[in-house]
Amino acid sequence: MARVIVVTSGKGGVGKTTSSASFATGLALRGNKTVVIDFDVGLRNLDLIMGCERRVVYDFVNVLNNESTLKQALIKDKRCDNLYILPASQTRDKEALTQEGVERILNELKEDFDYIVCDSPAGIEKGALMALYFADEAIVVTNPEVSSVRDSDRILGILAAKSKRAIDGAEPIKEHLVITRYMPKRVEMGEMLSVDDVKELLSIPLLGVIPESESVLSASNAGVPVIHDKNSLSGQAYSDVVSRFMGEDTPMRFLNVEKTGLLKRIFGT
Amino acid sequence: MQTEVVESSANQQSNAVELKGSVFTLPILQIRSTSIARIEEELSERLNTALKFFENASVVIDLEKISSSEEELDFRELMRLLSKNALIPVGVRNGSNQQNALAISAGLAILKGGVLQDIATSDTPVNQKQTKDDSESDPAIVGSTSPTKIIKSPVRSGQQIYAMGGDLIVLAPVNPGAEIIADGSIHVYAPMRGRALAGVRGDENTRIFCQNMEAELVSIAGNFRVFEETVPVEIRSKTVQIFLEGEQLMISPLK
Repeated sequence: MARVIVVTSGKGGVGKTTSSASFATGLALRGNKTVVIDFDVGLRNLDLIMGCERRVVYDFVNVLNNESTLKQALIKDKRCDNLYILPASQTRDKEALTQEGVERILNELKEDFDYIVCDSPAGIEKGALMALYFADEAIVVTNPEVSSVRDSDRILGILAAKSKRAIDGAEPIKEHLVITRYMPKRVEMGEMLSVDDVKELLSIPLLGVIPESESVLSASNAGVPVIHDKNSLSGQAYSDVVSRFMGEDTPMRFLNVEKTGLLKRIFGT
Repeated sequence: MQTEVVESSANQQSNAVELKGSVFTLPILQIRSTSIARIEEELSERLNTALKFFENASVVIDLEKISSSEEELDFRELMRLLSKNALIPVGVRNGSNQQNALAISAGLAILKGGVLQDIATSDTPVNQKQTKDDSESDPAIVGSTSPTKIIKSPVRSGQQIYAMGGDLIVLAPVNPGAEIIADGSIHVYAPMRGRALAGVRGDENTRIFCQNMEAELVSIAGNFRVFEETVPVEIRSKTVQIFLEGEQLMISPLK
């Protein structure tokens, strides 16, 4: 049975789309047939991060309005056989998303795919509500700072109240926490919330911690999800996230300050 | 005897009056007909089934359903009817301009905002509603006029939980920006980081018990205290009880 996973956060700019792209890629690299949907209708970022922006002809809203078939709109990833992208429309707004339409598309996708990853827009308005409404699982992306944690808390409340599973009284959405842009050094200096602080406040299981890294920005600019970069700590951390999601016992990494050698300490970098 | 640890910041013996802000949760009476006779008939029927829940309760009159009605509602007659039924109308909302004018002349306030809910509140997660159902099936509680509401999952930012007519027990964290409200007392057996308002219908004997006190605001029967920065170190993260002594809000650690 296909699983619908929403990647959400409440706050903008915390790394939802970066996480969606790498998480979906990681699932596909492990042989799962995966589709990632951009729910940020009107802005459209996922196709850029996935490096397929020039191949967007039809989009999510075209399929919703029966202006194209799902097959026409799905873009096959060029690096990964099992991965497809359903891009957002840049010319419409989020009012184009209807519950019936989204449900129809998800049901159609469920026949072909193992995992459906929904990249939610920021905020708690219609786009975000539509992205989370049909979810079976939720990945809540949070930065280790107070306002991001507060917004994630808010979105967790909405998951527990306004999702289909909540309204139907079904088994609640399975929640996972992913902390991004983590800087152990600043945590040590007391300038940033620690993993434990965030975990304590949100009280949901931790799926992974992604360290702040320049490779994320360069990967986004190049249109290659950072999980493909085996040398990048962030890329490795996303691989860990996927393996934990698949139920493997992978210890947490990147939580502590790297030990610097004596020479490096004396001469700097 | 309890030792007093923190005094209410508002002790104003030299001033005769002081204006303060507070948040109250009031029941809403939605009026769907302009006929006083029909309202009277249905109201007494409803109140009979609601036991003494609403005795001497302040209510807000919602006019949404009749705001476009041609017929005029006789506010003075309505107020007489409500006070006969031991309800205290405080204001109206969602009325037309004309209705608002009539309401003001009848001595009612015009209230803005507020989302209409069926007693349980906005983002109350469904499993919490089920908890309530569970408690209703408990023979010890059935028939009681003050049912206890038990919440087992975290109360998150933006959520509001109201235990009407009784106590509220929360077994999971109450996060910053969340609000828990009860007509009775409040117990929180987990970190309390949000706002807690006990005795919102004026019961000064209600208390708040927190296992881990980090609240943003606590209030008993409208006497509140805001912790703007953080909770003072003597009580921070401690197990405390909060109660009224006269007009003064007392917070003392539980040993």
